[in-house]
Amino acid sequence: MIRFVDVRKEYDNGTKALRGISFQIDDGDFAFLVGPSGSGKSTIIKLITGEVAPSDGRVMVNGYNLTNIAPRQVPYMRRTLGVIFQDFRLIQKKTVYENLTFAMRAVGSSGREVRRRVPYVLDLVGLSQKGDRYPDELSGGEQQRVAIARALVNNPSMIIADEPTGNLDPQRSLEIMTLLERINELGTTVLVVTHEKELVNRFSKRVITIRDGRLISDETGGYYSNEQKI
Amino acid sequence: MSRRFDLKFYASEGLHSIFTHGFMSFAAVCMIVACLLIMGSFTLVAVNMDHMLGQLEDENEFLAYVDETLPEEDVLALEGKLAALPNVSQVTFTTKEEARENYIESYELDEDFEVFESLPDEVFRDRYAIHVADIEQMGETVELVKQVPGVADTSAMLEVAEGFVVVRNVAGGVAMILVAILLLISLFIIANTIKLATFSRREEIAIMKMVGATNAFIRWPFVFEGLILGVAGAVVGFFLQWGIYQMITAAITRAEGTGLIRLISFGDMALPVIGIFLLTGFIIGVGGSLVAIRKFLQV
Ligand SMILES: Nc1ncnc2c1ncn2[C@@H]1O[C@H](COP(=O)(O)OP(=O)(O)OP(=O)(O)O)[C@@H](O)[C@H]1O
Ligand SMILES: [Mg+2]
Repeated sequence: MIRFVDVRKEYDNGTKALRGISFQIDDGDFAFLVGPSGSGKSTIIKLITGEVAPSDGRVMVNGYNLTNIAPRQVPYMRRTLGVIFQDFRLIQKKTVYENLTFAMRAVGSSGREVRRRVPYVLDLVGLSQKGDRYPDELSGGEQQRVAIARALVNNPSMIIADEPTGNLDPQRSLEIMTLLERINELGTTVLVVTHEKELVNRFSKRVITIRDGRLISDETGGYYSNEQKI
Repeated sequence: MSRRFDLKFYASEGLHSIFTHGFMSFAAVCMIVACLLIMGSFTLVAVNMDHMLGQLEDENEFLAYVDETLPEEDVLALEGKLAALPNVSQVTFTTKEEARENYIESYELDEDFEVFESLPDEVFRDRYAIHVADIEQMGETVELVKQVPGVADTSAMLEVAEGFVVVRNVAGGVAMILVAILLLISLFIIANTIKLATFSRREEIAIMKMVGATNAFIRWPFVFEGLILGVAGAVVGFFLQWGIYQMITAAITRAEGTGLIRLISFGDMALPVIGIFLLTGFIIGVGGSLVAIRKFLQV
């Protein structure tokens, strides 16, 4: 569960990225976070992952209060999240399988756990046959599916995706979104930041719209209708 | 969410990084080896000097060689005169034949005549071994003994001892200063190697942080990398030190020829040398990596 209570974020250079945002995403939800460039979407993601701290207000993530979390606790909070980015962020020198292994080893999983879990998530994202490939031997859509597999491999309760389809053509984007929808149906909470109106409209999901650091609509129904008002 | 100490993971990541930065790793190991060799060589010189000095100081005695022209009864009468001198506690007479046999025994030489031709004559003169009560006043006692008619010469152990003391102190002092400087340089180089490793692996580190790796976990592979470099330097340094020592002792023995200078064999010192080298390599390696990644210690 994510809860923002009147969250403000002012960066060190004085930029006011968020000017008082409140919303809540319950376990099992699927939500889109939309808004124009510079509106503060990535800032919200970074607040959730603990990369930046709020200037004011309260950020709660899966039972951790990030406003006063001890630095020691941050890694354990992050294990409850799977994060996906536009640029995939795979390790180029490692194969698909090794990328997933690395993510599991990094949180102390045993070899046995790795051998059990990795084939399962590879199958879930439809890459069972490509475990031995290196990232540069895969298409963009496939690389993003590896990133999704990596986000899932440590069995987080929530997936956070910052423009996961930004580098993909419409067909691949739809596939990725459909995959995230399926992951949500399997019980994982999903929050997706995106620019793509078409895509959002194809799914009948909750849409949180922000602009200039403020929340301007939060409605379920799969539309991006507020764009006209923006 | 286990928190096991994943040795295999740390070691393999550390090793991997070493080969990825082959040149820097090589430079780091070379630096550690150089540091250890310089430190080791000076220390071994000092240890040898100490050893020889110890042998000299053990014997609070010196030798008075008897004038060959002296009639035999006068030679024997010398014993009483010498014993009567102040600070002399004991006087022992040895004939030149006995002296020669003792020498051969103690140095385990075969009776190859040529070897003894190169020795100074006085080694095989009749001599009195004179023990002094107070080693501090040995110099004055030696002067008194020289005045006694019939004494041709005394052994010049004092000068030799003084030489040893000087060499030992200089080698010891130089070793200490060099060690301090070189340790710092090695630490610095290791730290930079590890920093380079963290830099080229910042992507991986970012991913580890993203998936929730603890800072301790992220740190370990780098500590291992430093440790492996340090220990590799110690092992290489040990064998090189061994070779250098053998070469130098062989050269000294050849040049000096008489076997009077007895150096400690490397075998006797191998254990402490490898121990000290490993400890130093460990400290430099782990210390360097901790310096390099101290920013992880904070967050
Ligand atoms: N590290 C930073 N330091 C200073 N200002 C920043 C920093 N990161 C973001 N900003 C500013 O904060 C505002 C919000 O940025 P943010 O990245 O959250 O926008 P966004 O909605 O993700 O935009 P986009 O759709 O282009 O990715 C922008 O004005 C941006 O310039
Ligand atoms: Mg953004």
